[in-house]
Amino acid sequence: MSGISGLKFYPDMFDNVEPFTASAMTERMTFSQMCIESASRALKDTDINPASSDVVFVFSTTKGEDLRLWEPSVAVARHFGNNNQPVIVSNACISGVNAQIMASRLLTAGMYKTAVVIGCDVLSKFIVSGFQSLKALSADKCLPFDKNRQGLNLGEAAACMVLSTISGNSESKCWLYEAGSIHNDANHISGPSRTAEGSYRCLLDCVKGIDTTDIAFVSVHGTGTAYNDEMESIALHRAGLDSKPVVALKCYYGHTLGAAGVLETIISMQSVENGEIPTALGYNEQGTTYKCLLPTSNTKVNGNSFIKVLSGFGGCNAAVRWALR
Amino acid sequence: MSKISVEISGKECTVNGEKLNCSETGAEVLMELYRKYVGDYPKFYKMDSLSRLGFIASELVLQKDAELNGTTRFESNENRKIILANNNASLNTDLKYSGTIGKDNYYPSPSLFVYTLPNIITGEIAIRNKYYGESCFLVLENMEQLRNTLQTIELESDALVGWVEYNGDDDYNCTMWIEKH
Repeated sequence: MSGISGLKFYPDMFDNVEPFTASAMTERMTFSQMCIESASRALKDTDINPASSDVVFVFSTTKGEDLRLWEPSVAVARHFGNNNQPVIVSNACISGVNAQIMASRLLTAGMYKTAVVIGCDVLSKFIVSGFQSLKALSADKCLPFDKNRQGLNLGEAAACMVLSTISGNSESKCWLYEAGSIHNDANHISGPSRTAEGSYRCLLDCVKGIDTTDIAFVSVHGTGTAYNDEMESIALHRAGLDSKPVVALKCYYGHTLGAAGVLETIISMQSVENGEIPTALGYNEQGTTYKCLLPTSNTKVNGNSFIKVLSGFGGCNAAVRWALR
Repeated sequence: MSKISVEISGKECTVNGEKLNCSETGAEVLMELYRKYVGDYPKFYKMDSLSRLGFIASELVLQKDAELNGTTRFESNENRKIILANNNASLNTDLKYSGTIGKDNYYPSPSLFVYTLPNIITGEIAIRNKYYGESCFLVLENMEQLRNTLQTIELESDALVGWVEYNGDDDYNCTMWIEKH
């Protein structure tokens, strides 16, 4: 996709990050509290003024706060003094990648100069009971792509990326948004496509016309459910990406729904910067039709770019390609 | 280029400004429109209210589009995008689902839970029409924000676009159209 490569992601946010854990919290944080915490940390080391009219807040969430999405998102933007209308992507589990694509379009169109992309979903009885009713949950730690996988784990997170149109004379390396794609399976509202139609098309769009040598790995959805992982192995195979290492991160913190796409993109960036991908916890035996290269120890990788791909209910799929240039 | 727009509310339904005959009110309007103008897609009955509203609107838009272009209703258009939006997401269905997970009444329904995502309607329309293009659901302040956003960003292919809001059986509205590029 031409014209949208001028987007910069601020890698500074990895500095001085102090992850907080559940035990450190005296009480559960709300959606808006998590969004504010995450965005504050991401913005801290940038020269972005979030109150500027050139800045738009783009949210990625499925359930927001008390089942409301618009009001708490507006409140978060206003907390930072931003008076623009936020854009909220609520496209099931692909929301986080979709929000990056939407942000890139808003910036490329010149509507804004910076997009604060926040992905967040808070665990609730609503969500847990629903996934339970679908029999999608694993009683044990999830095992993406493994033969013995039993289902997914749920998690919660807020993650934030600050995307900006590039200033022109950037001397240090920065992350560039290079491609993004969304496709529907046109197959089933809650089951993945047997031919991986949408996911395959997204991957294909992300490698169209490029030399794939530079792609260090593909960060997959990897929920640990039988059908999702099988579908993804088919998508990777059809797109000719079987030879790339596969990173499945949900074995660490579960499926964080609306936050997943943002969180997993950020971790993928860190992996490229480190030249190393994390081991697939618990992965033991191939459990998909096509072999996928999951690392069984922290593994060195080469390449300055990666693909992040997700799939969700409603038959939606999304992928983005980022590169450190 | 034909400009097609469908508007549906609990009171009336218009296609390109032309009012369709509707004797029912409230949620029954959608059932009546289904029986009169679709009738051959029993999956409709499984859908939640938001999806029914969006589905009917998409059927009417696409029927009119085929009529004006002299094509068949299911003309292949596999890259067409579906971009829908509203302000309250799937709140109406969310509240119905919440009612099934009460303290003394815990019977979560998987078929209802699936519809507690507003983008499910984009999937329903994609399945019906074999659209493999982008499908996306946005939560925005109002239809004006949707129009402004879509007019500014480059969509690259034509898209079925709509504002689909279902707050209750007596409080819903949908405006859907095709953006051609």
